[in-house]
Amino acid sequence: MSALAEPMAAAPPRRAGAAWRKPGLLVLPLLAFLAVFYLVPVLMMLSRASGPALDFAPVQAALTSGVAAQVFWITLKVAVITTLATLVLGYPLALFTAIAPPWLSRLLLAAVMIPFWSSILVRSYAWMVLLGRQGMVNEALIGLGLIETPMRLLNTSFAVYVGMIHILLPFMVLPIYATMKGIDGRLVWAAENLGAGALSVLRFVILPLSLPGVFAGVLVVFILCLGFYVTPALLGGPGDLMASMLIAQEVDLYNWDLASAYAAVLLVVTLLIVAAFSRLLSLDRVMGAGR
Amino acid sequence: MSAAPPLVMSSGRAGRALLGLLALAVVVFLVFPVFVIIPISFSGSSFLTFPPESLSLQWYEKFLSRADWLEATWLSLWVAALVTVLATVLGTAAAFGVVRGRFPGQKLVVAFLLSPLIVPGIIVAIAVYFFYARLGIVGSPVAIAVAHTALAVPFVVVNVSAVLHGFDTRLEQAAQNLGAGTWTTFRLVTFPLIRPGVFAGGLFAFITSFDELIVALFITAPGHVTLPARMWESMRNEIDPTIAAVSTLEIVLSVALFFVAGRLQARAAERGA
Repeated sequence: MSALAEPMAAAPPRRAGAAWRKPGLLVLPLLAFLAVFYLVPVLMMLSRASGPALDFAPVQAALTSGVAAQVFWITLKVAVITTLATLVLGYPLALFTAIAPPWLSRLLLAAVMIPFWSSILVRSYAWMVLLGRQGMVNEALIGLGLIETPMRLLNTSFAVYVGMIHILLPFMVLPIYATMKGIDGRLVWAAENLGAGALSVLRFVILPLSLPGVFAGVLVVFILCLGFYVTPALLGGPGDLMASMLIAQEVDLYNWDLASAYAAVLLVVTLLIVAAFSRLLSLDRVMGAGR
Repeated sequence: MSAAPPLVMSSGRAGRALLGLLALAVVVFLVFPVFVIIPISFSGSSFLTFPPESLSLQWYEKFLSRADWLEATWLSLWVAALVTVLATVLGTAAAFGVVRGRFPGQKLVVAFLLSPLIVPGIIVAIAVYFFYARLGIVGSPVAIAVAHTALAVPFVVVNVSAVLHGFDTRLEQAAQNLGAGTWTTFRLVTFPLIRPGVFAGGLFAFITSFDELIVALFITAPGHVTLPARMWESMRNEIDPTIAAVSTLEIVLSVALFFVAGRLQARAAERGA
């Protein structure tokens, strides 16, 4: 599972094999495919944002709309809180998985990967069931005597956070875990022999060496948050309108130019964040650890 | 696979116990919601109560007897199969090009090939929708598969690149020195060695398409939707345990694929070392 995180060490330097004199050409079929069915549609969509008069009226409308400002603010807030929450929950899990005995570590990884492999839709549905008025969470709270009548949990911001944290947690745990697995155990050993307690080992050895994984996890989770659609639409209330939902709404209202302008803003924000932090984001590391 | 010893912390027993409890709580949070659906799918009543008051298979029966659910399932399977073939062939070739080739703008090309992983789904969805609407091919299963392939292909590129990085090219040279041609070398030496990575990538491609919702919402024709789009419709209107039954089947599929993929990636790692 760590195939990608592992730097290639043993194999001899790669040569342009004699098999193909120009192996680079093999990238062309996919490049052409993606250009036609992915790049061109996106560029055509973006060009709509300039409006029929090419005066960028839709972009102006998007940037000055009060609703849009509110939606982008909500999106940003949800992204920040979800990212922090997944970090707070994910780091201890990654650490424990990294230092646990192999059998336990395998079990914990399976527990992280199985939700990862099941669809977002299924997991959002699970939360609809759990958080409903007669759902298990309400029943449990009533059973414990903490509340008397069922609380409204579904279709609230709380439900959106719970659902998104649940779905994005593996994207935080896996890169952090992969980085921790790469830490040389002798460093911990040396620190301990020199009298460091567990907290010092954590603070001065493990934490600094796991930071690349933390950055990768934070960046991926944050970026994925910005584009979330399914979970907030199913679990949120009317006040939880996120950027993707606003775009979909405008498409449904046949405001295609305005929708394109919103999409352009979302895309530019996403790409700027990726470009700014691309050195920290190793997609290989994130995706190699799992899906 | 360095020789460095694994991470072991020998001190701080109390702290480790606390950490273990915290990790356990997080794991329960992760796993519980996925598995809570399973008993509900066997419920005898039409309410989403847990534990169910009586047991029955009625929701599975409903799923299997309703033409719209079955049609959506077949459409999803057929689209996902097509995506698997397309993405595996295109992605494997591209991985060879990226790992073994040297060409100008290589970093940018790789970033472009992997970009569908991070570009928000809604952007791809509406872009493809506008594009297909202009071409008049909204709702065509092949068109859905083509759109899904763009989203699925990065997983193939990543998985195949991983095995190729660790590939010992001397094996190919040996085959060629013994007189094997390009194709024979690929068929008898290269492919068997990279097969786990190719299959793992194909599996990711399949599940990516099979679970994809946002693009499908925009480019499927009403009445002829994929399974996730059918589930979405159902979740927004009548919430009955039919979805729990479908979800349970999906969870079983996910768990099975997870184990297969785990084995494949482990084998790929062995060969890559």
